[in-house]
Amino acid sequence: MAEDSVKLLGNWVSPYSLKVKWALKLKGIQYQYVEEDLQNKSPMLLQYNPVYKKIPVLVHDDKPLAESLIILEYIDEVWKQNPLLPIDPYERAKARFWAKFVDDKCVPALMAAFTKKGEEQERAVKEAHENLKILESGLEGKRFFGGETIGFVDIAAGWIGCSVQMTGEIIGINLIDAETMPLLHSWFQDFLEIPLIKECLPPQDKLLEYIKELHTKILTAAST
Amino acid sequence: MSSSAMVTANQLIIMAELKLFRTSSSPFVLRVVWALDLKGIQYDNIFEDLSNKSSLLLQYNPIYKKVPVLVHNGKPLLESLVILEYIDEIWKQTPILPEDPSERATARFWAKFGDDKVLPSIWNAFIKQGKDQEEAIVTAQENLGCVERQLTGKKFFNGETIGLVDLAFGWLANLLSVFEEVCGVTLIDHEKFPLLLEWIQNFADAPIIKESWPPRDKLITRYQAFHEVYTSKEAPK
Repeated sequence: MAEDSVKLLGNWVSPYSLKVKWALKLKGIQYQYVEEDLQNKSPMLLQYNPVYKKIPVLVHDDKPLAESLIILEYIDEVWKQNPLLPIDPYERAKARFWAKFVDDKCVPALMAAFTKKGEEQERAVKEAHENLKILESGLEGKRFFGGETIGFVDIAAGWIGCSVQMTGEIIGINLIDAETMPLLHSWFQDFLEIPLIKECLPPQDKLLEYIKELHTKILTAAST
Repeated sequence: MSSSAMVTANQLIIMAELKLFRTSSSPFVLRVVWALDLKGIQYDNIFEDLSNKSSLLLQYNPIYKKVPVLVHNGKPLLESLVILEYIDEIWKQTPILPEDPSERATARFWAKFGDDKVLPSIWNAFIKQGKDQEEAIVTAQENLGCVERQLTGKKFFNGETIGLVDLAFGWLANLLSVFEEVCGVTLIDHEKFPLLLEWIQNFADAPIIKESWPPRDKLITRYQAFHEVYTSKEAPK
């Protein structure tokens, strides 16, 4: 497929645009990448996603698509190689369930653990641990959510591994405990070792700096 | 066996053991009821008392402990929009999602927008008071403005027939007027949303849909009770 028919509007720090990059790379789809400055959004972004004004936006044959999980499903339906979702409808439903669980339950708790202090932070950390433990059960003892190879849920959730390592360092709390979550912990390690996954990651030192600065800004704003 | 007898036999096998854990009028439950009914699928209803959940519900949905749960051949399906996609994949008649991938993505987008933005903003407008309510109404109307535009030139969000987005917004059709009556405030300006109001009427009148329409008096009682709880907690500003 010609490169100019597929365009991804993203941002280098966003895990949501990273998910889409991973899916495109897994399927070997050529695309044009446009880095958006989120402090100064382009007219193109605002035109393609007027409802949320957010990235990622995938544009295919001039048709814009928004919301990362919806984009992943679209990619899977249009390009059939290296399928993300399983064939069996019940397994597909389970995959959709877990991807939604990550966004609805794990992410907000992790965000709160990162941005709050004191008792609020303690509660958030506890909730994050509980939700990650529940996520671990979704692995059902497999190496990846997709089985022997990565699939929809791995791509939807895998970024949490890097994020948690970095934010854990900054707040001094280990959010993925290899002792209490051995399967999830080894899943994260295995996922991040996959070459195509590693290749798409933003420069980790730059990202760490960015997250540290963000953390400082958040704490400063909270105390004023 | 004749081919039509084989089709029926196959349908019976697929339908075997289909149970829906539900309440009578939960917005999320009704979506699943309507989808099953539109496709002519037989199922057993298991009504739950949410203040005293059955051990079976808790076993099938230990994570969220919520309805709807659809159990198909002993396997539980959770989360209403996930259930709708499953139903559409197993039972191909009367499809609720379009075939074209970009149209499917658009339908999923608006169903998600409904749950992520419209529902919380309308609920907020319903439970708040005073200035908070005024602000909540503004937000709700902004969100509904996006939705209104999706109905341009169409009877339903899905076109001529009911689809995923219509089912996802079904709660608006039966609850908007209930909310307005209970809290005594016009939540949406009827002049600004002619297409939405027409859609509400079309959806409410649609065959199959109206057969599982929750009785209005029960909804009034139910939401009156909710409203009292929420407004007694908050002092008007």
